[in-house]
Amino acid sequence: MAPVHGVDSDAKLAFVEFLLTAVDLQESARRAVDWLVAHAPVTEAAVLVAEAVTNEMQLVAEHGISSGAIMDFALSRDDTRHPLIEALNSLAPVYIDGLPQHHRGPLEARAFHAIPLRAESTEPAHGLLLVGGVGPTLDSDSLWLGRTLGKQVSKLLGRQLLAETRFSQERMLLYSIINAVTDPILLTDTEGKLMIANSHAEKLFAAPEEASEGWRRAAALNNMLFSAALSTSAVGMTELARRELLLVDPLEGSDLLFELLSSRAKDERQGTYVVSILRNVTDLARAKEEIEESYRTLRIAQAEVRDERHRLDLIIDSVADPILVTDQEGDIVLMNTPAERLFNAPGVENEAGQRRVRANGANLTSFVSNVLTRSGEQRYRGEIQLTDPVTGRPLPVEALAGTILSEQGELMWVVTILHDLTEAIEKARLYEQLKQASVELERKVQEATGELAEQNELLRRQHIALEQASALKSQFLANMSHEFRTPLNAILGYTHMLLNNVTGQVTEPQRKSLSRIDSNARHLLALINDILDITRIEAGRMPLNTSTFGIRELFEEVQSELEPIIKRSNLTVSTRVPNSVPSIRSDRQKVKQIVLNLLSNALKFTPAGSVAMTASYDARRREVVIAVKDTGVGIPREDQVKVFEDFRQLDSSPARGYGGTGLGLSICRRLANMLGGTIELESEPGRGSEFTLGLPAKARRR
Amino acid sequence: MSVREQPLVLVVEDYQDAREMYAAYLQFSGFQVAEAANGIEAVQKTVELQPDIVLMDLALPQMDGWEATRRLKSDARTTHIPIVALTGHALAGHAEGAREAGCDAFVTKPCLPDALVAEIKRVLDRDSTNAENTRESARTPKTAKKRT
Repeated sequence: MAPVHGVDSDAKLAFVEFLLTAVDLQESARRAVDWLVAHAPVTEAAVLVAEAVTNEMQLVAEHGISSGAIMDFALSRDDTRHPLIEALNSLAPVYIDGLPQHHRGPLEARAFHAIPLRAESTEPAHGLLLVGGVGPTLDSDSLWLGRTLGKQVSKLLGRQLLAETRFSQERMLLYSIINAVTDPILLTDTEGKLMIANSHAEKLFAAPEEASEGWRRAAALNNMLFSAALSTSAVGMTELARRELLLVDPLEGSDLLFELLSSRAKDERQGTYVVSILRNVTDLARAKEEIEESYRTLRIAQAEVRDERHRLDLIIDSVADPILVTDQEGDIVLMNTPAERLFNAPGVENEAGQRRVRANGANLTSFVSNVLTRSGEQRYRGEIQLTDPVTGRPLPVEALAGTILSEQGELMWVVTILHDLTEAIEKARLYEQLKQASVELERKVQEATGELAEQNELLRRQHIALEQASALKSQFLANMSHEFRTPLNAILGYTHMLLNNVTGQVTEPQRKSLSRIDSNARHLLALINDILDITRIEAGRMPLNTSTFGIRELFEEVQSELEPIIKRSNLTVSTRVPNSVPSIRSDRQKVKQIVLNLLSNALKFTPAGSVAMTASYDARRREVVIAVKDTGVGIPREDQVKVFEDFRQLDSSPARGYGGTGLGLSICRRLANMLGGTIELESEPGRGSEFTLGLPAKARRR
Repeated sequence: MSVREQPLVLVVEDYQDAREMYAAYLQFSGFQVAEAANGIEAVQKTVELQPDIVLMDLALPQMDGWEATRRLKSDARTTHIPIVALTGHALAGHAEGAREAGCDAFVTKPCLPDALVAEIKRVLDRDSTNAENTRESARTPKTAKKRT
């Protein structure tokens, strides 16, 4: 290598020596620029090196270039139409007389030489040495430096490539190691910004492009949670920090609980990093929760059992009957308060009381042992004689025992309920008494009933006998009155013949006597007829013959029948029947008999004045009312009832002046009753009497 | 039927005093009188004597008045002779029984002789008017009163 210009070979030698020892590209480039400025007529110089990975042209050393141009410079090796890249691909140095407007370079618009940096002409250039201020012809020193630097750059870049390959191999190994770890591992800056993550961590924190919206959101959320966790512990963190971190499973959407272990790693060049390891403790937490839950359930169950037990105790204690539970040895394991009074008797200190308690216990034990020997039966009933420990009163009880078996069928306990029989026994005794009394009563009632039945039978027979007697009496009277009348008929007939001079003329005194015989015989006949009527009514042999008839016609008939007597009496007899009085349905003959009787009575007992016969209709009671009112002698109040009795006349002496049988009103009342009517009397002595006959407009059969 | 000056009345009555009393009063009143004391005799005498009218007591021995009346009324020889029943029982049924047996009228005992005579005259009068048989008979005013 021969020097072209005045540059001494020492300077070149010194530079080459430096390059031999230099290992740094930047350093080598900077010395090269310095050398050019010092030894060649160069005003501006720059070294551009292509980055092996990115293909970016990087400015590694410069001189005389404005800082703005340095900052703005950016050029990719792939930009093949750029003059600088064209120069890079040429074999020889290229002179560029100012870059066109749209291309940029560190030397901007000035003219410069671009010398490709390469060791051999066969290999591609690694970079460019730009030299300005030397004119259109490149000087030999600059050319030499270009060749020398080209070799240096090629050497250094070749070494660097080797190192980088090894490093990346190591990094791959490291990555695969971290990925092999099942826990997510992250390398972040102190802010939590992700730098390196293994695949498990990526799943949580980095959503791929094609990920669903949910996944992306979950990843974003996890990042936030993680950053927050880191920042809260960033201050005061020494070596290793542990805390819990709740994240979201981006695929499942479920909660994942991690234990976060993070430590700081200090790097000289790149500052502080945080290495975090997440350990999944979700299952652990779940297990813990489950344990807590089951513990709580257990506590609740315990409390319930306690409550249940308490309730059971209350129930058992509230039962008035003693209840005891004994084990298979016969020992009492549980008893309620009433049972305690008998088998424990708290507070009973005296000897007698204690003895009774022991006796009670012995009795119970023997009963329970009976139950135990009959293990086949579920229930056992017996009676035990106990004693009240306090009072000493005998206490017969009914004992009802049931056995409780274990699941294996083993007899566990015997539950015994005692029921006080004192009352029951007393009740039974009383019941027995009652039953006896009842039996006695029944016997007496039966006796009485028997007597009563006997008496009833007797009465019935008497009644029949009486009825028969009554019928016989009526028959007898009927027959008798007939028999009476036969001779009376003859008496009346012969008297009549004598009085009619059939057997010759009678003298006046004879006539007088015959008249007495005649009137007495007639009176006797009337009596017999009346008695016959009463007999017939009482025997029920007086039939009703109902028909419809008017009262006015009836009155006229009665009046005409009594016309001779009315004439003789010199009394004014008036009748009044308003049109409002309806026809009556009844037994005409009997009504007529009553009215006849009433009118003849009125005529008989009225010495002077008048007799009025009136009829009216009581619509409310549907009765036709017939009144016969006279101005006669009247009847004193005390006698007003008597006049209706048989054989009653106010003056009952034979020498009475009124005649009649004394049976008339009695028959009238009987007849009125037969027709469903009534006869009433209103009278005042000396002022007259009024007899009122009330008859239903339609007679009912009686 | 024989022609008589005065109508013949057959008085059938078992009670002698009453029978003779009626007979006496009827003769006094202008009638001829025959007497019978029981039902059999009554039937025999009615057939035999052909009286103008029979006064028949219903309660009779041997044959009662109802039976006798039935026989007389079912016999062509006597069916035209009117019969006046004489009954002491005013009990229900006697009048009906008498009418059913064929009696033309009835009088209840006790009956005064003049009342009896009046009834006999009434029946005979009615009968003769019906038959347009003019006959000499004692006419007396009608007093149809049976009972006082």
